[in-house]
Amino acid sequence: MPIQYYLILSALMFVIGVVGVLVRRNAIIIFMCLEMMFNAANLAFVAFASSFNALDGQLFVFFVMTVAAAEVAVGLALMVAIFRTKHSIDVDQLSSLKG
Amino acid sequence: MLLSESISIDPTFQLVPWVVLIPLIGLLVNLLVGRRLGEKGVGIVASLASGGAFAIAVLLAFALAGSAARPVEGMAKPEAVVVPFMEWIKTGSLSVGWDFRVDTLSVTMMLVVAGVGTLIHIYSIGYMHSDVRHNGAPGRFRRFFVYLNLFIAAMMILVSADNYLMMFVGWEGVGLCSYLLIGFWFEKGAEGTGNARAAKKAMVVNRIGDFGLLIALFIMFGAFGTFEFQAVFDKVKDVAPWVLTAITLFMLIGVAGKSAQLPLFVWLPDAMAGPTPVSALIHAATMVTAGVYLIVRSSALYMAAPTAQSVVTWVGALTALFAASIAVGQNDIKKVLAYSTISQLGFMVAAVGMGAFVAGMFHLVTHAFFKALLFLGAGSVILGMEHGDGPSSGHGQASGHAATTLDPQDMRNMGGLREKMPVTFWVYLIGALALAGVAPLAGFFSKDEILTAASQQNLPVFVVLVIAAFFTAFYVGRQLLLVFFGKGRSPAAEHAQESPALVTVPLVVLAVLTVFAGGLNFPGSHLLETWLEHTLGPGQPAEFVVPVALGSLGVALVGLLIAWSIYGQRKTLSKTGGVDPLARILGPIYTGMEHKWWVDEIYRAMVIRPYEALSRFLADDVDRDLIDGIVNGFGGLVVGFAGVWRKLQSGYVRSYALTIFLGAVAILTYLAFLSR
Repeated sequence: MPIQYYLILSALMFVIGVVGVLVRRNAIIIFMCLEMMFNAANLAFVAFASSFNALDGQLFVFFVMTVAAAEVAVGLALMVAIFRTKHSIDVDQLSSLKG
Repeated sequence: MLLSESISIDPTFQLVPWVVLIPLIGLLVNLLVGRRLGEKGVGIVASLASGGAFAIAVLLAFALAGSAARPVEGMAKPEAVVVPFMEWIKTGSLSVGWDFRVDTLSVTMMLVVAGVGTLIHIYSIGYMHSDVRHNGAPGRFRRFFVYLNLFIAAMMILVSADNYLMMFVGWEGVGLCSYLLIGFWFEKGAEGTGNARAAKKAMVVNRIGDFGLLIALFIMFGAFGTFEFQAVFDKVKDVAPWVLTAITLFMLIGVAGKSAQLPLFVWLPDAMAGPTPVSALIHAATMVTAGVYLIVRSSALYMAAPTAQSVVTWVGALTALFAASIAVGQNDIKKVLAYSTISQLGFMVAAVGMGAFVAGMFHLVTHAFFKALLFLGAGSVILGMEHGDGPSSGHGQASGHAATTLDPQDMRNMGGLREKMPVTFWVYLIGALALAGVAPLAGFFSKDEILTAASQQNLPVFVVLVIAAFFTAFYVGRQLLLVFFGKGRSPAAEHAQESPALVTVPLVVLAVLTVFAGGLNFPGSHLLETWLEHTLGPGQPAEFVVPVALGSLGVALVGLLIAWSIYGQRKTLSKTGGVDPLARILGPIYTGMEHKWWVDEIYRAMVIRPYEALSRFLADDVDRDLIDGIVNGFGGLVVGFAGVWRKLQSGYVRSYALTIFLGAVAILTYLAFLSR
């Protein structure tokens, strides 16, 4: 399969993820879209790795997954803490830094 | 040539700084431990301080007389001893030291100031003892003597200075003390603030004069490069005449302020709001003579500026006449003396303007004696009236009358005090006759010298001064008759008592001085003239011209006679609240005299009102609206700006995320397409 197909898929996934982060209000959905952006990047890495027959791309995917996991753990812990005070995870309600 | 360059210099001269330091020590002692000393202690310390200054002045006088009697070879006149004390200002080309000058002129002034000052200190012990109780503030006794000693110290600095800047320090110092002492009872006076307002007026008007003097000093530094007396006098011939005229004319403004000449005399009558010893010391004998001293000291400058001299002469003569005419219509015993002082100062200023410096100084000395005597006598009269009016009379309470709001200083309430207060009467009579110029009292000789000089030099001025002398005799007679003769016109006058010895003894001493002071420059002996020649250089010899002398005596006697004819009738004097008989004779002229020719009202309309309007304009329209408007406007601008930018901080996470995304897109676009 020509590599362009993989790259187009990766771009589509990335854009869907960006739009989801910007538009959705639920924090969990935002995290899911964030994961989708990560996976889009992973797909691009793997496609290039197979196309150039180099292992570097595949190795990097491991790094990305590890960091994504750690970041989600922290993010979900934040959300739990916020839910305790605000009883909602609607990000539009986190506006007390309003100038 | 300075005496200090001679081989044998009398070490007494080194004592001169003490003339300033002893009063300063006295005032510090009274200030710090006065409360523990009690009234007697405070008075004794202050009087001793002033007396100490007098003793040193006497020692200096003897030392000067001794050295003058032993002429050193090659020594030219004038002679003086300069005693440097400490360095003061040393910056750039200006070098001014705190140096004292001992010469016959400064020693004469020192003797007058300290001598009359000490007598007044002693008098004040008795007078203020009554006054602080009459005004309900016994604790303020100490403050009075602190201020008095401060005044003596400042005046000593003025007269013993060797340069114009140090003299100016003393000049300002006496102005300050005048303010402090006039406003001594600052919470009293007309409408509760009258005394404070009088003090403020004295300060402000003096300041205008000081401004003139400062300009003169600035020009002097520009032209001469130095402030020291000897250096300036030596360089006079090298300076352009118009510069000298400018300096001397600006100095005249200072003299007009300090010595109460036209047009800056308006503070002196208001200054009578202060206690009587203050009026005697500061506003009769010493501070007001500082202006005359300035002109005499600067005689070298004035002799080289004839235009300024004639201006000075006319200012003095017109002041003499103007003030004497006002004195005729006054009803307050102290106001008569105040205007009399202005008038006599006019005589002195006219004299020194004509170059008759010795005559002016002679009149300064005799006037100090008899005017202080008159003021202190008036104080004694006022004390007597207050005693007659206050609780010590006992009559008011017994008959159930309420305490009257009687003005103890109004001559219309007096009368017949000759029998009630005999000592005061006799000394007052001596002072009054001296003021009128009746021989052989001191005032006759000094005034006659001035009139002689005028008759020889400047006939119009002579005529003006003779008319002023006539008025002088008239208002003196009027005052004597209203106060001491006839019958008492109020209960206070009927119950008046003689004052205590502390008050009457200095009066007697001053009376003796008044009688014999004529001997200072008696025609034929010319003591004062030879004495002052050592400083002033050979001047015009004061002659005794018999026609002028007889004429001035005649004028004085005629004035007294006319006063007697108007006020001497028993009927007139016993009328209470009656119209002054002079009013019926002179009509509107008397109204003018009584209202001091509306000088204060004219000043208020012509000077004060426009100035207040200008101040109001500057404060409201310029300062508040314009300047504050600009500064506040800048603030408002910043606030507006901030309000616009604040909208970026919405607090919404999603809009922040969008901003980040857009920024990332922009960077990538740049990197991908534009960085080629």
